[in-house]
Amino acid sequence: MNRFKNNKKFRDNIITYLLVIVIFAVVESLKATGHISSLMKGLLVPVCIYIICAIALNLCVGILGELSLGHAGFMCVGAFSGAFFSKCTAEVITVAPVRFILAIIIGALVASLFGFLIGIPVLRLKGDYLAIVTLAFGEIIKNVINVLYVGKDSEGFHFSLKDMVSLHLKEGGQVIINGAQGITGTPNDSSFEAGFVLIILTLFIVLNLIDSRDGRAIMSIRDNTIASESVGINVTRYKLMAFTISAGIAGVAGVLYAHNLNSLMAQPKNFGYNMSITILLFVVLGGIGNIRGSIISAAVLTLLPELLRGLADYRMLIYAIVLIILMIFNWSPAILELRKKYSVRNFIKNKKTKEVE
Amino acid sequence: MRFLNYLINGISLGSVYAIIALGYTMVYGIAKMLNFAHGDIIMVGSYAIFCLMSLTGLSPVVSVVLAVLICTALGITVEAIAYRPLRGAASPLAVLITAIGVSYFLQNMALLIFGANTKQFTSVINMEPLSLFGGSVTITGETIVTIISCILIMVLLLTFINKTKAGQAMLAVSEDQGAAKLMGVNVNGTISLTFAIGSGLAAIAGMLLSSSYPSLTPYTGSMPGIKAFVAAVFGGIGSIPGAFIGGIILGIIEILSKAYISSQLSDAIVFMVLIIVLLVRPTGLLGKKIQEKV
Repeated sequence: MNRFKNNKKFRDNIITYLLVIVIFAVVESLKATGHISSLMKGLLVPVCIYIICAIALNLCVGILGELSLGHAGFMCVGAFSGAFFSKCTAEVITVAPVRFILAIIIGALVASLFGFLIGIPVLRLKGDYLAIVTLAFGEIIKNVINVLYVGKDSEGFHFSLKDMVSLHLKEGGQVIINGAQGITGTPNDSSFEAGFVLIILTLFIVLNLIDSRDGRAIMSIRDNTIASESVGINVTRYKLMAFTISAGIAGVAGVLYAHNLNSLMAQPKNFGYNMSITILLFVVLGGIGNIRGSIISAAVLTLLPELLRGLADYRMLIYAIVLIILMIFNWSPAILELRKKYSVRNFIKNKKTKEVE
Repeated sequence: MRFLNYLINGISLGSVYAIIALGYTMVYGIAKMLNFAHGDIIMVGSYAIFCLMSLTGLSPVVSVVLAVLICTALGITVEAIAYRPLRGAASPLAVLITAIGVSYFLQNMALLIFGANTKQFTSVINMEPLSLFGGSVTITGETIVTIISCILIMVLLLTFINKTKAGQAMLAVSEDQGAAKLMGVNVNGTISLTFAIGSGLAAIAGMLLSSSYPSLTPYTGSMPGIKAFVAAVFGGIGSIPGAFIGGIILGIIEILSKAYISSQLSDAIVFMVLIIVLLVRPTGLLGKKIQEKV
């Protein structure tokens, strides 16, 4: 209990966990009593997906301090590798939860591998260049998956980048990834409960990382790369570490996404760079570097348009305006100066010092 | 002969990229920011011409001039409202994310006004196609106008920057903002001017792009915008001849890979070029080396 009182970070983390658990409990009880419309029910898994994605991107933008616009690409990799595994083993592993857990592990590993491989060249760059190159990688991943054909027959797997015919499948063979049509017939293993468990797991990984020696090293790189290098922090290693973990978590969100739908296609609207920007929106509106904020904003911004149907057309426009205003309010040197001058906290403090005088 | 046709198409597309890249490279060179919304200003320009021509029935030349003015005003406004307050912010990400926000705003504004349906853009250019070698190679009027206007724009820009006082001020600001201010250069005004020129060029690019590729949606500008950024990086960011060369080469690469490799993979190939350039020669073909100061 002492730790709860004295350690602000620990207290913050506990509050974040509790928040997620309480919301989960409330939603579950509402679901059990039938108070949730079927439309909202359909949104529960997407909310989990967005929350996980937002946490992943916040690790990259807020903690590592580098803007990645390619997280939709990592999601795409995770989604396809997870769905590929599930489809291949649908007959072998009949216990759905076991298969889903394995799919998640595989999706996370493959996405991390991609994050690692892409991170090696990309993390040598900074700022704008890094953003545009991650965007490029995301688009490349999406484009390549759109022309990728994979089939399975008695001789094993066949790959092609041209069309279905050039797979040369034997009789009884099955096309698993069918180019632009993607993967169809993925088992529907995702559920709100699974999403909840994954959010808690993600939180556990990310919050513990932030609170560890490695996490502090990563944040020191964000705050001053040259200074942290000069005290012996291996910049490349820690950058790669954060980026890989972030990519892996995005991959998990992808697996969850793939198993929520019957057919999985890599389209601009689900894995294009607009998706990356939507996730970035959640991160910025929730507060860059604030994990709890990401969770809240991802959930609220996903559910809000359904609650306010009338505003649906204006929703994106409003988000864009709020995004610009928030950035200026939080980062503009002139406004920061003003806020310092006229802040409530300062006002109270000044009063106190005057009284003492 | 078919190769020659592809090559000409490539140069034509490349010229459009080059014009967009000129805007990118100037803004990047002077304001040191990646203006993500640049591509969407192209889209605004195209829609402006589309509306002026189909609704008010103005002549193509007048509507293009008006569209350039609209985009110039838009560029200056965006800079003043969204980017200027963030100059000197603690994190370089702040202005980048704001630019993404502006891009998002323009796209959704267009979506709200014009809807998601594709609009058919009627070509502004009315010129007979040129046939060479007994008709085996044809060059459309759009291609000719695109290439000529690209070269013209580059020459004009180079003269403007090297011969006029405002152009010299731009060079000074791009070199060192603080020192330029001390020497009496109006830094904010110069940056506004840069945005104005870049956005005006974007309107012309929008006209040329939509004349060759007539389907117009709110997302028309974003991909060419990003590819033009690739071109600017390829040629060396901040360099005007670099943007021109980078744009032309990128256009040729895109059309040739569409023709000979795969039409679906052409975007991936263009982005691969960016990644390779940044890894092998991060300053691009004609860029200057930058030393990091501690």
